[in-house]
Order: sequence, then structure tokens, then C-alpha cells
Amino acid sequence: MFERILLIALFFLTVSILVGLYRVIKGPSLPDRVVALDTIGINIIAGVAIFSILLNTHAFFDIILLIGILSFIGTISFSKFIERGYIIEYKRDC
Amino acid sequence: MSISVIVKIVVTVLILGGTALSILSAFGMLRLPDVYTRTHAATKSTTLGVLCTLLGTFLYFWQTQDIVSIRLLLGIVFVFLTAPVAGHLICRAAYRSGVELAQESTEDELKKVLDKREKREN
Repeated sequence: MFERILLIALFFLTVSILVGLYRVIKGPSLPDRVVALDTIGINIIAGVAIFSILLNTHAFFDIILLIGILSFIGTISFSKFIERGYIIEYKRDC
Repeated sequence: MSISVIVKIVVTVLILGGTALSILSAFGMLRLPDVYTRTHAATKSTTLGVLCTLLGTFLYFWQTQDIVSIRLLLGIVFVFLTAPVAGHLICRAAYRSGVELAQESTEDELKKVLDKREKREN
């Protein structure tokens, strides 16, 4: 019973990731795609947590923290690129 | 009713509630008309959903295997801190790069403020 409920939760997460993928492909502007990719990353975090209950191991908790940090850095650099046109600015030499 | 059954019920409610919030935000991203409203749907409810799911995982491993995982707690804190900041930055980048609001919206208050500041600087 418990495992079946976990599988239902994984199905919900899969549907949500597929909707995010649709928004990545179709989205009319560039910020739409970046928001959808951020949402996909957060849903993958929840999926890894449910999988670690299903497999009954605690070896994957590093992956949760890692995907969170990587998704945040990617979104920040993409938004800076959209807003200003560059990511790392030049240092003024004087 | 033993203690493990209660723990399993609580974990089930937390995980199913979290994934239901996540699918709700997916439908919001599918149906809303605008970048800003879609960011509103995607950021808030997905953050709450993943917090509920990670809290359920933490409770399960704490009660069944006596593992108090600091990494999972750090993951909860980090997602809770960074997901709204990412939504704010991407909304700001969308406005500054000139993405239009939806047709149904009636008033754009930020545009007046930006125009006034530009006029004062010139």
C-alpha cells in the first residue's frame, strides 16, 4: 500500500515535469523557458527524495543538495544574461 | 495503532500533499496567460510542494531507521531560501528585456516609475 502511494506520487511528479517540458518547448519568450527549467529542477529534487524512500537508502541525499545549488546558479546566470547581455563583468583597469 | 503506522500515515499525507501542490503549479503554468503570472504559479506552489515532500522523507528516515540527516535539512533550508529569489530575478529580467504584460491586465505601475526616473536623469 505504501509503495503504491509512492508510485502515485511519482506519477504526479512525472506529469508536472512533462508540463514543464511543454512550456520549455512552446514558451513564447526566453524567461518562460528559464522558469520552466527551474521548476523541472525542483520537481527532480522531490523525485530523488521519493526514490530514496522507495529504494530504502540514504545515499542520495547529497544529490538533493547538489541539484538545488546547480539549479539556482543556472537560473541566476541566465537571468543576468537576459537582463544585461553578459554574465561576468569586466574589471575596470585603473 | 502502533507508532510505525502513524508515521507512515503522516509521511503519506505529506508526500501526497506535496506532489498534489506540484501538479497544481504545473496546471497553473499551462493555463495562465503571461510570464509574470506563470512565474507566480511556478515559484510559490512548487516550493511549498517540494518542502512538504522533503519533510516527509526526513520524517520517514528519522522514525524508521534513526537517521537524522543534516544534508536533507540543509536541502530544505536551501530550496526555501533560493527558489523565491530565482523567481524574482527572472521576473525582473523579463520586465527589463521588454516582455509584454497580458492583454487582460489593466495597469502597469512600474512603467510610470521608470519613465519618471528616466525623465529626471535626462
